[in-house]
Amino acid sequence: MKKSLKMGMVLSLVLALTVVTAACGKKDEAASTSTNDKKDVELLNVSYDPTRELYQNYNKAFAAYWLKEKGQKVTIKQSHGGSGKQSRAVIDGQKADVVTLALGYDIDAIQEKGLIDKDWQKKFDKNSAPYTSTIVFLVRKGNPKQIKDWDDLIKGDTQVITPNPKTSGGARWNYLAAWGYALSKNNNDQAKAQEFVKQLYKHVPVLDTGARGSTTTFVERGIGDVLIAWENEALLSVKELGPDKVDIVYPSESILAEPPVAVVDKNVDKKGTREVAEAYLKYLYSEEGQTIAAENFYRPTLESVKTKFKDSFKDLKLFTIDEFGGWQKAQKEHFSDGGIFDQIYVPSK
Amino acid sequence: MAGSLPLVPTQAKPQRSTTRNESSWVKWSLIGLAALVLIWMIVLPLIVVLTESLKKGWEVYVAAIVDPDALSALRLTLLVAVITVPLNTIFGVAAAWAITKFKFKGKQLLITLIDLPFAVSPVIGGLIYVLVYGEHGWFGPWLSDQDIQIIFALPGIVLATLFITFPFVARELIPLMEEQGQHEEEAAVTLGAKGWTVFWRITLPNIKWGLLYGVILCNARAMGEFGAVSVVSGHVRGETNTLPLHVEILYNEYQFSASFAVASLLLILALVTLILKGWFTRKSVH
Repeated sequence: MKKSLKMGMVLSLVLALTVVTAACGKKDEAASTSTNDKKDVELLNVSYDPTRELYQNYNKAFAAYWLKEKGQKVTIKQSHGGSGKQSRAVIDGQKADVVTLALGYDIDAIQEKGLIDKDWQKKFDKNSAPYTSTIVFLVRKGNPKQIKDWDDLIKGDTQVITPNPKTSGGARWNYLAAWGYALSKNNNDQAKAQEFVKQLYKHVPVLDTGARGSTTTFVERGIGDVLIAWENEALLSVKELGPDKVDIVYPSESILAEPPVAVVDKNVDKKGTREVAEAYLKYLYSEEGQTIAAENFYRPTLESVKTKFKDSFKDLKLFTIDEFGGWQKAQKEHFSDGGIFDQIYVPSK
Repeated sequence: MAGSLPLVPTQAKPQRSTTRNESSWVKWSLIGLAALVLIWMIVLPLIVVLTESLKKGWEVYVAAIVDPDALSALRLTLLVAVITVPLNTIFGVAAAWAITKFKFKGKQLLITLIDLPFAVSPVIGGLIYVLVYGEHGWFGPWLSDQDIQIIFALPGIVLATLFITFPFVARELIPLMEEQGQHEEEAAVTLGAKGWTVFWRITLPNIKWGLLYGVILCNARAMGEFGAVSVVSGHVRGETNTLPLHVEILYNEYQFSASFAVASLLLILALVTLILKGWFTRKSVH
């Protein structure tokens, strides 16, 4: 009897402690939201993998701008992951106010479910792509495999790291960049381009689900000789890891990647956040927004910022998604179930 | 090799001492082997977590832990544990009680169902809830009309964690209660005790150590679960990120020291749990 009493005391103590900790936390939260309840607004930006640093900086800048402009405090929450996966989450009910994904198709997918208006791509300038990027190579310091262009990727036992085009937007740009290069080299011979891409994926030992996963595979786990990556991701890893570990190689030709943005109409109308959500995306085109994009290694589209950062981004021959008849067509032909990617990709070993 | 050893002492003359020698050889090599495996598999990684987290000094370590996103992840993790552990404790006791004290049809099915979360991959544990409560799931449209958010919010995380930690208490209690039988309860009933009195006076004191053990394991898993929670969380920083998810995010953002610092926080939670467990086990023996 006595023993069980003591037991009960211990048990209730443990329980009480945990409840108190949790309650304290709750109270803090409640206090902070209730003080300026009426004015505060919260946005959820569902984005793709490599934009973490970009939006960390941009969100601060926009919050300051909005406070000055409208006197309203805005907090922006972020969610990151492979572009396709993120699109899926919004479709499954994640209440995003804005989506900033890797490619148009992933936003089209949300639009098809009726969450976004049909003409989303015309709502903002430049096809709703405030910043652009391209696809480059990241190699080990000193470029031991002498990788200079796309052709070198399929030579000998070179191991290529790229994420899975089914889940990653960046990976789809990678794939199409390789395809486009092979097309222009072989006088638009589709069969030869397909053969080239097939050979390329034979050199891929592992497909991660997102661009950032592939970068960690290459850099942290030390797998592979070359990483096909977003230019912004490549420049960032050089900055983060120090220039003594990896080098960037620009191929002779690559694709102009245009990661688009959109307001999720159904969600903002329900939450009443349309005004701030639209302003949030629009401000990306401003001088400050463009500068932050450039500082985070995205190619700016505003002329004045472009000239200011001229030296950071190498000029190279870029083709666009129009080469493939737009994203809808490219997606259907290459990445849908049973599409060309499914036909040519055979997991190695 | 080890199998042939017991034969040796029966042939040898100075029987006792050989027995001791041989068996101590076996004993120490087994202990050595176990220690080696432990060091390799558990101690080394622990050291890595601690050294990596302190690589850039205390300041980075503390900064990583008092970061608002990390604190909110910690709060969410504790909150989820506070909700799921008591629920699963009640469920576990009720299920174990029903299974061991009564005879009924479908008992075997119930036991199998309790074991299910152990058998399926945690990812499935998350996906089923997306399929049921997601925007295009069974209840999705209705929930959306009522403005109830389950997936990508706290309820989804709680549901997934409940699913994953569901067997721990019941699994701990069933064998214990089976072994104890129900003589004491029967005696109490004959002496005129009512149902709840029997439970509080007889059953609970009998199972308390097993129960605590189950609760602690359940708690450890609730705080550490990654897979199922990852599927339903939506990964919104400062909102639906639990500690394990936060560790991954930091790691992916090149903030290796910070990620290991938060990992060490999880480690401390786990160690506290294990120390409590050890303490309870010792107490229960005495």
